[in-house]
Amino acid sequence: MTYENNIPEIAAALRAEGKRVALATVVSTWGSSPRPVGSQLVVDETGAMQGSVSGGCIEGAVVHEAMQAMQDGEPRMLSFGVADEQAWEVGLACGGKVQVYVEAVE
Amino acid sequence: MKTDILQRLVRARAEKCPVALVTDLGSGLQTLVHDDVTHGGFGLDREELAEVRRFLREDRSGIVEIGDARLFIHSFNPPLRVIIIGAVHIAQALAPMASLAGYDVVVVDPRRAFATDARFPGISMNGEWPDDALNQLAIDGRTAIVTLTHDPKLDDPALHVALRSPAFYVGSLGSRKTHGKRVDRLREAGFTEAEIARIHAPVGLAIDAVTPAEIALAIMAQITQVLRQEPSSAAAAA
Repeated sequence: MTYENNIPEIAAALRAEGKRVALATVVSTWGSSPRPVGSQLVVDETGAMQGSVSGGCIEGAVVHEAMQAMQDGEPRMLSFGVADEQAWEVGLACGGKVQVYVEAVE
Repeated sequence: MKTDILQRLVRARAEKCPVALVTDLGSGLQTLVHDDVTHGGFGLDREELAEVRRFLREDRSGIVEIGDARLFIHSFNPPLRVIIIGAVHIAQALAPMASLAGYDVVVVDPRRAFATDARFPGISMNGEWPDDALNQLAIDGRTAIVTLTHDPKLDDPALHVALRSPAFYVGSLGSRKTHGKRVDRLREAGFTEAEIARIHAPVGLAIDAVTPAEIALAIMAQITQVLRQEPSSAAAAA
């Protein structure tokens, strides 16, 4: 297995250790998005992450939302892109758009 | 996501079964779709199921809107594979490169001195004769085959299986002259021009590669090109 595609296994292993985890998945992209649809990131209760959903520009915000999802159990859809005010702050430098679905594993 | 669904997903991946995770983006409910069974939080009607199977077949993930439902279909297909014939110097560069690019890698070489774990740390080795090895390895449309031995005794039996397999890529190392002789031998063995034309030779993209690592890079780039470009250009031509 390679680092590209072992996120479900990492998430399952963390769960088996009794940790709380959340998954973030790229569900749509537009323009020059660095990571394709299906790319995943797993976050544990300490905020440690493995995998990627961008070239590093939105991971910070995604981890924050993942921690929230672990608290409230609610899945959320995050949108980043040039038309989004949040993008200005988070800085999707490539100029594309990306939607990331964040869910806790329960 | 329910831990149960995650565990089933991980099990399907370990068994190398194609599986799709379907998320209803409205409700957050999820269902796993295997070849013939579904399991999870909601049922799929025939139209939805057909769409999921189409995504799996095309190795695509994405959002579809069917009726009122907005579904994210996440395809998990077994990994792509590169089978390398010849545990040679270029293979030592190509194997880790292919592995890094997300492929399962098998190096085939019946010559014990070449096929050692020390020369190929972490890579699956197969010591059978190449045609036997390829027959065992059940080549599918997600497999690339590269022959690197330069030795007709080893490369040719591999090509005999590869050219009549569904492999998406077949490449052979060797100069134009060497390849010319190879083509003659394959014709004599009864291979058609169309079958022979499947071989990428000289192998790799023409980037004037010199070192083993650069040649491996050229091969990996060509495999990527064939994987990613040909279906769409074929679709455009159709």
